[in-house]
Amino acid sequence: MANFSKSNAPRFSVDVYQNEYLPEGGREVNAIVTVTATGGGTVGGAVTAPHRYAPHAPGRGPAAAVAVMVDCSGSMDHPPAKMRGARDATAAAVDTLRDGVRFCVIGGTHVAKEVYPGGGRLAVADATTREQAKLALRRLTAGGGTAIGTWLRLADRLLASADVEIRHGILLTDGRNEHESPEDLRATLDACAGRFTCDARGVGTDWEVKEVTAVASALLGTADIVADPAGLAADFARMMETAMGKEVADVALRLWTPAGSTVKFVKQVAPTVEELTGRRTEATARAGDYPTGSWGDESRDYHVCVDVPPAGLGQEMLAARVSLVVPRPDGTAHPLGAQGLVRAVWTDDLAASTSLNAQVAHYTGQAELARAVQEGLELRKAGDRDGATARLGRAVQLAGSSGNADTAKLLAKVVDVVDAAAGTVRLKAKVEEADEMTLETRSTKTVRVKK
Amino acid sequence: MSQMPRQAARPLCPGCAEPVEAGDRFCGACGLELSAVPERAADPVDAAGSPTIVMNGAPPGGGPAAPGPPAPYGAALPPGAPPPPAGPPMVPSPPAGPPLAPQAGPPYAGPPAPASSGVPQARGQEPDEYLLQEPDPRMSTPAPEPGPLPAPAGAPDGAAPDGALCVACRTGRVDGDGYCENCGHAQPRERDHMEQECGPLAAVSDRGLRHHRNEDAFGVGRTALPDGTPAAVAIVCDGVSSATRPDEASLAASRAARETLLDALPRGTHPQQAMHDAIVAAARAVDALAGAAPGTAEAREHAPHQNAPACTLVGAVVTAGLLVVGWVGDSRVYWVPADRSAPPARLTEDDSWAAQMVAAGLMSEAEAYADERAHAITGWLGADAYELDPHTASYRPDRAGVVVVCTDGLWNYAESAGEMAEIVPADAAARPLHAARVLVGHALDGGGHDNVTVAVVPFPAPPQGAGSA
Repeated sequence: MANFSKSNAPRFSVDVYQNEYLPEGGREVNAIVTVTATGGGTVGGAVTAPHRYAPHAPGRGPAAAVAVMVDCSGSMDHPPAKMRGARDATAAAVDTLRDGVRFCVIGGTHVAKEVYPGGGRLAVADATTREQAKLALRRLTAGGGTAIGTWLRLADRLLASADVEIRHGILLTDGRNEHESPEDLRATLDACAGRFTCDARGVGTDWEVKEVTAVASALLGTADIVADPAGLAADFARMMETAMGKEVADVALRLWTPAGSTVKFVKQVAPTVEELTGRRTEATARAGDYPTGSWGDESRDYHVCVDVPPAGLGQEMLAARVSLVVPRPDGTAHPLGAQGLVRAVWTDDLAASTSLNAQVAHYTGQAELARAVQEGLELRKAGDRDGATARLGRAVQLAGSSGNADTAKLLAKVVDVVDAAAGTVRLKAKVEEADEMTLETRSTKTVRVKK
Repeated sequence: MSQMPRQAARPLCPGCAEPVEAGDRFCGACGLELSAVPERAADPVDAAGSPTIVMNGAPPGGGPAAPGPPAPYGAALPPGAPPPPAGPPMVPSPPAGPPLAPQAGPPYAGPPAPASSGVPQARGQEPDEYLLQEPDPRMSTPAPEPGPLPAPAGAPDGAAPDGALCVACRTGRVDGDGYCENCGHAQPRERDHMEQECGPLAAVSDRGLRHHRNEDAFGVGRTALPDGTPAAVAIVCDGVSSATRPDEASLAASRAARETLLDALPRGTHPQQAMHDAIVAAARAVDALAGAAPGTAEAREHAPHQNAPACTLVGAVVTAGLLVVGWVGDSRVYWVPADRSAPPARLTEDDSWAAQMVAAGLMSEAEAYADERAHAITGWLGADAYELDPHTASYRPDRAGVVVVCTDGLWNYAESAGEMAEIVPADAAARPLHAARVLVGHALDGGGHDNVTVAVVPFPAPPQGAGSA
């Protein structure tokens, strides 16, 4: 049994990129930590619930449950293509379900309704249930308001009814969350965080970027815009495919730091910028856990910045130890077997202590790029044209120099680029709403260091 | 950083009963977290009272590291050993003859010691001529087996064992990676401060005050020549910091050179030839490191442009009548006569930019050493060395004294032979370990800007049974 679990475990590896050399009196240690999960298998169940764990045939993932939440508010009929697109997309997602996966479809308005299978249960995916689900989708009609929190609460209740390893939601909305208070949504997100992961999509251009990104961020999923309803089906199928590839859930990045040190920040920097600093859960006296959600075969980068008490020249200190764990409800944690060491070495060699690690520099730039885009768009909305020009100009400059071509392209739809290298831009007089929303939604997407 | 081999008995994983390494946090077979298992308390490596902990955790400048087992000089010579070959083929018989070997002699005009030195030297009008280097007549006596060898100096870079109390904060325990689990401070590694006394000679190596690890290494040993007379060997190496894994390079080179000498001398190889061979063997050992990068393939992939490991080497062989030195790089040998009225001398010529400038007559010594390029070395052991050019020289001192074999971590604080002689204690020949500690202390007092390594070898090699206590 031990050998079996070893051969099927997703292997996590941790690589640390940093300049460990600090000048005399230096305190701040920066490192990029690349976490890669490979060779995926079926260990997920064995990690947190051994009783659930049984050998799967090759290519089959761990037990999973998925809830698809479709906006059925009145605005979905304007134009009717949206409702049609949502139906087709949900059908495509259902077709992508692996046999045996539990699933349900929720219709969302100012209240949440079970569309399929109903009765507070989940269906088990097979040819019959897929057909039944698609039949049920035909009954979806638009009418009512929007209260996203109620959809998430129902999804949480249904997903929790299944004894599975991976719990995931897919949420589609086309409008603002008008029928509950922002506080209610916030409270719901806090309640659901860590219970299931969720991707969020906005269709059309009448929704609020911050609401959709907040859902994805809190529930450790992705956020995106699907401006044209015709593109929904392909996007939903892709999302479901990714969800089916997840092998281990509730993975936390555990960060040990020495006595007297301060964690300045921890953020995911690839594939998207995601601030994690405030989401720390204390694990032991010197270590805290940062949630990373579920993992398939993938690689993510994290930027860790720690202030350590300075030591004398020639001294070496462990500034942080990074490992991956699956925390258990009883307070213990299952280690995923990989760790990386972030070191600090004090030297009087100025060439060593002043050099900037290429990875750290790159991701510092990517994080600034995301900030510049967001701030620039805020200022533009607020009517501060000079401020917006400056920030978006800086964004164009950073996107160009770091090779973030996607963001550069999106920026070029919002500003006229005069000189990308110098960051000289002019705000476009007329900007498509979809372009601006796309830029805002995707502002956190990063590229990796050019090798 | 390197993972250190550990000495403790191998416990078994409580989950799958596979053996686990003493420092492991997790089982390599089933992945079980070993630190979370209650049985771990019984793990020998966790027993804080284990006596090995104290030794390995010795802070720099602390007590002596474990020396090799005392090896009675020549004690293992079997009687009636087979006769040796008629004599070293490269050794010319007439005194004041031509050089002992084609490679003999430093490439430069010779050491800048006063001509009236107590050591008659090779330098002079005839650089090829070594006035007092005639072969030892006793070399044609029966060849003994090599005597018992002391343990090699400098075990691999080892951190304090898992579970020891941190020397920095005195609060946390040391984790499996050699860091304190409370304050994070790296624990002193065994190589941070090494001492070894080997009969009549001794060596001390220290990390210094500015570098985060000790990239120097030494090897000392003694054996007997075929005629039963004693021979002492000291090798000192300085890892090239700008290269990859300099600490491994110096360790490999010092071990290879020491072993080659201890193997060749009892078989009757002339000490100067043996020194040449030892340098070649050391160079090969360092070259071999370039191919065998540690860690995973990914690690190499991420750092493809690292230099090959490299180090300097300086060594001395002291017999009853002969003093042979060999070197590549800028580590040095000094001769300090016991009678301090006689002039001391430097016996090696750096492979450095400054030395080359002086040798070529382009700059005065003062000008050359004032230049920031002065310490750039022009010769080293390593896969990327242009061409290995081992320098060897033989001397036949006419009086007793001590040979100081050292890295630039010491001679930066006592560059001239006169300065060196001033800091060598008067009783250095009788108490070589003390002398080596005093010399290292001099460098540390001066600022300890580099790793410091010193071997002190009395001349002539004391006869069997002699040597410091």
